[in-house]
Amino acid sequence: MTDALLTGDLPLPAHPDYLRDGTSLTSWLTTTDHKRIAILYAITITIFFFMGGAAITAVRLELFMPNGGLLTSDAYNKLFSFHGIIMVWFFLVPSIPNTFGNFLLPLMIGAPDVAFPRLNLFSWYLTIAAGAFTVYALLAGGVDTGWTFYTPYSTMFSNSHVFAAAAGVFVVGFASIATGVNFIATTHMLRAPGMSWFRLPLFVWATYATSLIMVLATPVLAISLLLVMAERWLGLPIFDPAQGGDPILFQHLFWFYSHPAVYIMILPAMGVVSEIIPCFARRRIFGYDFMVYALIAIAGIGFFVWGHHMFVSGQSPYANLIFSFLSFVIAVPSAIKVFNWTASLYRGQISFEAPMLYALGFVGLFTTGGLSGLFLASIPVDVHVTDTYFVVAHFHYIMVGGAVSGFFAGLHFWWPKVTGRMYPESWARFAAILMYSGFNMTFLPQFVAGYLGMPRRYHTYPPEFQIYNVMSSSGAAVLALAYLLPLGYFAWSLFYAERAGNNPWGASGLEWTTTSPPPPKNFDRQPRVDRGPYDYHPEGESAGLNPPEVQNAREVR
Amino acid sequence: MSEATGLLREPWESFERQSEAGTLGIWAFLASEILFFGALMLTYTVCRIENADAFAAAGRATNIWYGTANTAILLTSSLTMTVVVQATASGDNFRRLILACLTVTAALGTAFLAVKGFEYKDDIEKHLVPGAQFALTEKSAQLFFGLYWTLTGVHAIHLTIGILLVLRLALLGFRRRLELDRNPEIRVTGLYWHLVDVIWIFLYALIYLPGRAS
Repeated sequence: MTDALLTGDLPLPAHPDYLRDGTSLTSWLTTTDHKRIAILYAITITIFFFMGGAAITAVRLELFMPNGGLLTSDAYNKLFSFHGIIMVWFFLVPSIPNTFGNFLLPLMIGAPDVAFPRLNLFSWYLTIAAGAFTVYALLAGGVDTGWTFYTPYSTMFSNSHVFAAAAGVFVVGFASIATGVNFIATTHMLRAPGMSWFRLPLFVWATYATSLIMVLATPVLAISLLLVMAERWLGLPIFDPAQGGDPILFQHLFWFYSHPAVYIMILPAMGVVSEIIPCFARRRIFGYDFMVYALIAIAGIGFFVWGHHMFVSGQSPYANLIFSFLSFVIAVPSAIKVFNWTASLYRGQISFEAPMLYALGFVGLFTTGGLSGLFLASIPVDVHVTDTYFVVAHFHYIMVGGAVSGFFAGLHFWWPKVTGRMYPESWARFAAILMYSGFNMTFLPQFVAGYLGMPRRYHTYPPEFQIYNVMSSSGAAVLALAYLLPLGYFAWSLFYAERAGNNPWGASGLEWTTTSPPPPKNFDRQPRVDRGPYDYHPEGESAGLNPPEVQNAREVR
Repeated sequence: MSEATGLLREPWESFERQSEAGTLGIWAFLASEILFFGALMLTYTVCRIENADAFAAAGRATNIWYGTANTAILLTSSLTMTVVVQATASGDNFRRLILACLTVTAALGTAFLAVKGFEYKDDIEKHLVPGAQFALTEKSAQLFFGLYWTLTGVHAIHLTIGILLVLRLALLGFRRRLELDRNPEIRVTGLYWHLVDVIWIFLYALIYLPGRAS
């Protein structure tokens, strides 16, 4: 009320926020409100995250001892396959786009909802159906192909539930495409008056770039898995070398999706970090235009590097050469982003709240993951470390160190907006530091073990690698604790924490101009935008501690 | 435009923008579909380059009369669908024409599936299903027919969805519950229908023409 009086607006009639506007289960399961659908997704992916985490806990326990003994080879194969399939398609791909993307995209561009609200809900039901297939595959006995479903093993030799697992991934792909189409149309058609393309927050740009990849890459995954299913179920010999089929073709199709999918996972996290670093450094983002071009460049070049997964698959050396070169090229826009985040801190007024800790952790871990990626882009090194723990460490630095840190950063940053409550700051900082330490304890030794030659996907190993595996497994225990902590204090905060104001962080951006939690249609008055994002201080000056002049929401015709 | 405002949905304030968003959305989806079929046709192309003779021999074993008849049927259905879309876009009252053409479009789509069904029956009787009973002896002919069943099967599923969408519009129209003036649903359904049609033109060339030129 005081805010409204200060900005000269008339007080508005009070009405319930989106959380209290209908409390029955049906009102949630039939909702078309993007904010409620975001919550539905958040609950769903949290369940999948802990399912995938439980599987890998068993794997890490097994790896304590060189000769195993806890699990059979078969059970081990099924557990790491389940971990990969669940974490990639049911946690990482939908994590930030479908939770924060859904929640924030309309709020950030000043829209009442996404372009196709019913399609949005349909996409969630598809995710649930797909998850049911995949969990069925686990309960019925598991799948042992690894998350990559490589032929001819997956089509001709595996005796596990490949069909059900592939069907699950096939269906969740449609959910992904539907979300991508929805976000593209929303960004194009529903921006508030004055919200030009180069006034969009970087999170919106990141979501937009991600949506383009979802729409253009996912269908190729769908077809590669459809062919695997056709071969298993109907006996059509598509990838059977004895019939003239080409198993390597599957790898091309699979990685044509699955390499861009890495950018589906990391671009939204980059978007989240680009919101948080300016806010807690009280600085404008350094090089906004280049941040936008870098996002689009990563999304574009990302379609042309898939062959670096196949350097040892018998690919032509000329193809190897080009894919190696392009894999180095894609590091350039990624590096531009890292330099710009770092430069945004310069002459800032930095404070270290939990979101900032996660965001800074992201920058460090993403850089480590990215630099180790350059080792792998270089063919001579890649031949040496292919299918070793070096690769495992590399992509976990990007996906867990990068994407999951970004997810937790966003979770803490927007928690007051989503729930209307603050989280306990000390606990959150403790969890952030614990997560960073646990992560490095788990995955740093794997670089060494991999470089020394420990192959991935084996549950027994020579005793000289035990030291690295014990370090890794102990780190995983710390990491597991760090993931469980937020579950506890976030639940606590829903009931006991202090209420958050509209803008607890003094952040710029339209989502902070509405109430916390927002009303069902997001804004009581249509917002009008007359300045760029990250307006934390006058241009050309260094950071101050004053809150930014937020956009006023006013009636426009 | 006063009639058209009955089509306004949440969260839109302007019917023009809602309509434009629908068009943008369906084009994005069609781009996705093109990559879906594109990857399938790429698979076919790679296999055909690696097994050129077998694909020529297997192509000759397909029944070109069914394929050609189906091409004619589907192209005609695109004509009637175009008439529907143009008639709704014109702003004049073409109710009877629109309903007639919607019905004919759905009927032609169903006729395509019926012809396809006879062709499948014929193929099964000639043992053109990959497996132990397979009729052709060329080494990779089974691969061609593996792709034949996948390509035509996936296309038939897409066409079935198209028929259901057109039938839905027709049924709503006959019950006078379909807004006919500039309805974005009609244009979106039309675009989807044409894509399924265009894909068939590619499939026709890929499936029925190999090995028949000489």
